[in-house]
Amino acid sequence: MRLPIQYNLRNLVVRRTMTLMTAGGIALVVAVLVLTLALAHGFSATLVATGRADNAIVLRSGSDSEMMSGLTREAARVIAADPAVARGADGEPLALSEMVVLVNLVRRGNPTASSNVSVRGVDSRVLELRPDIALREGRLFRSGMDEVVVGRNLGRRFEGCALGEKLRMGGRDWTVVGTFDAGGSGFDSEIWGDAEAFLPAFDRSVWSSLTLRLKDPGALPALQARLEADPRLHATARIEQEYYRAQSRQLAAVIRALGLFLVVVMAAGAIFGALNTMYAAVGSRSREIATLLALGFPPRAILASFMVESVLLCLVGGVLGCLLALPVHGMSTGTTNWASFSEVAFEFRLTPGILATGLLASVFLGLVGGWFPARAAARRPVSEALRAG
Amino acid sequence: MDSPTGARPIIALRGVSKTYWRDTIEVPVLAQLDLDVADGEFLALMGPSGSGKSTILNLVSGIDSPTAGRVVVAGVDLGSLDQAALAAFRARHVGFIFQSYNLIPVLTAFQNVELPLLLTGLDRRQRKQHVLDVLGIVGLHGRSEHYPRQLSGGQEQRVAIARAIVSDPSLLVADEPTGDLDAASATEILDLLGRLNREFGKTVVMVTHDPRAAERAHRVLHLDKGVLVESVRRDRP
Repeated sequence: MRLPIQYNLRNLVVRRTMTLMTAGGIALVVAVLVLTLALAHGFSATLVATGRADNAIVLRSGSDSEMMSGLTREAARVIAADPAVARGADGEPLALSEMVVLVNLVRRGNPTASSNVSVRGVDSRVLELRPDIALREGRLFRSGMDEVVVGRNLGRRFEGCALGEKLRMGGRDWTVVGTFDAGGSGFDSEIWGDAEAFLPAFDRSVWSSLTLRLKDPGALPALQARLEADPRLHATARIEQEYYRAQSRQLAAVIRALGLFLVVVMAAGAIFGALNTMYAAVGSRSREIATLLALGFPPRAILASFMVESVLLCLVGGVLGCLLALPVHGMSTGTTNWASFSEVAFEFRLTPGILATGLLASVFLGLVGGWFPARAAARRPVSEALRAG
Repeated sequence: MDSPTGARPIIALRGVSKTYWRDTIEVPVLAQLDLDVADGEFLALMGPSGSGKSTILNLVSGIDSPTAGRVVVAGVDLGSLDQAALAAFRARHVGFIFQSYNLIPVLTAFQNVELPLLLTGLDRRQRKQHVLDVLGIVGLHGRSEHYPRQLSGGQEQRVAIARAIVSDPSLLVADEPTGDLDAASATEILDLLGRLNREFGKTVVMVTHDPRAAERAHRVLHLDKGVLVESVRRDRP
C-alpha cells in the first residue's frame, strides 16, 4: 500500500533548486559533525596508539602523568629487577628509565607563535622496548653527545627540528641527527635524546618514569602489589597503552562536546530548512494529496510517502556532507594535550563508522523535519483539500 | 426520489442534510435529501454554484460525511465506517473523474493509471496488463510513458478516466468532467463515459453545468439551495 518511490524522487528532481538548497544546509551540518568526530577520533587514536599492551609504565604514587612523577635511580633499579620484568638477549632487564620535560619551541614559518613540545630522555634500549618505532632518516643519537632524534611530525612544524638543524634547549645546542616514525602515535610529536645527557642539561636528578616490558601483561597486578608493599618505592604501575589512552580522554571529550554543540545549533537551523521545504512541498501538492486520499490511499500511506521524501532529501544532504568532509581525511593538525601540556600532532581520521553516523544524523534530521508537514498532509480533509486545490 | 428503473439502487440517500461552518456562520448546503440511484444508471446533477451538487458527489463517494441522515452505497452504510475503512471503500467501489483531471504531474500516464492498483493484491505483471487494457479502452495505448504535461487536455482527462476504471469500481463520480475541455474533446469524453455506462455497466453520477453533457444522462436532477427541484428522465440512448 505504498506510493511508488518514483513519486518522491521525481518531486525532488522537479523542485531541484529547493532540494539543493535544503540538502546544502543538511550537508553543512553533516560535514561539521563528521569533521568533529574525525578530529576527536584522530586525537584519541593517536594517543591510544601510543604505547604497547605488554609494556608497563611506572610513575610515582599519586601522579597522573610523567610530568608530575619522579622516581629515584635506586627505586628504578629495584623495580627493574622485579620478576615480572622480561629480560633481553643480554640477560639484562628490559627496562627504560626516562626523563620527560617540556620545552617551548617556535613554530616554523611563524616566529611569533610557539608551543610546548615533550622532550624525552631515553637510552639505547628504547627501540628494543618500542619495536614499533623505526628510524626514518639519519641515525640514533650517540650516548653522552648533544644529539637528538625527533618524531616525524615535528620537522615541518617547529624551527630547528629538521634533520641537521640545531635546537637550543637547556642552555645547550642539540643537533638533530635523525627522525623517527612512531606510526602516528603520540611519540611522533616528541624529541628524544640521551637521558644521561638530558639530566644535567635540564637540571634534573630523578627519572620521570620507568617503562618495563612485562613477561606477561597478566602479571601487572602482582607487580603492583609488590610496588605497594615496598615502602622505599612510592610507585604505581599501569599498562603503557592504557596510560596514554587515559591521557586522551579529557581533551577528546571536550572536542566532541564543543563540536556537538556546534552541530546541534546548526542542526536546529537545518531542521527549520527541511520543515520549510516539506511544508512548501505539502502546500504546493495539496490537490495531489487530496487526489491520492480520494483514490483510497490511507492517510498513513501519505504520511509514509512524505516522510520518505523528507528522509531522501536529507540523505542527499548527508551524502554531500560526507563528500565535503572526505578530503580532510589524513590531514594533520595539532593541539595541546591538557594532560601533558605538550603539543600532540594528529590526523583527521574518517572511519566507516563516522561516515555512517553522519548519514544516520541526516536521516534523523529528515525524520524530524518531515514529521509535522507529513502529518499535516495526511490529516487534511479530502473534500477541503480538493476545493483548495 | 426513487431510481427511475426500479432496479436495485446502488446509492441510497435518506434524510441527508449537510451544513458547513464558515467561522461562526452556519451554511446549510443540503436539506433532508432523499435520493436513489439505480445500479447502471447515468445520473447528471445540475444547478447553480453552491446548490449542493458537489456535496452530493462527495457524500456518495465517501470523502465527506453528512451532518444528518444516512448514505448507503453498494450496500455499505458509509456512516458506519472509520477513515481507514472509508479509504478502502473508495478504493474498491468508486472511480473519481475531476474537472481538472488531478493527475500526478511527476508520474507518467501509465504510473498514474496504476495508482489505484497499488491498493490491490495484484502483482506487477497483472497490474501492467490491467493498465494497458484500460489505456486501450480510452484510446491512449501509445501514450503510456508520457507525462501529463506532454498530453492535451482531452488526453489528460482520458488518462484520468482510465485511472478511474482500472480497478473496476461499480460507481464513477465525475465532477464537471468536461469543464476544462474544448467542444471536440468534451464530446469525446462524454462518448467515453456513455460507453463505460452502456458497455461496462458502470453507474455514473456526473455534476455538470453543461446541458449538452447532461443530455447524455438517463436522468437529470436540478438542485437549488440544497433541495431537488426538478427531475428529468430520458430514454436510455
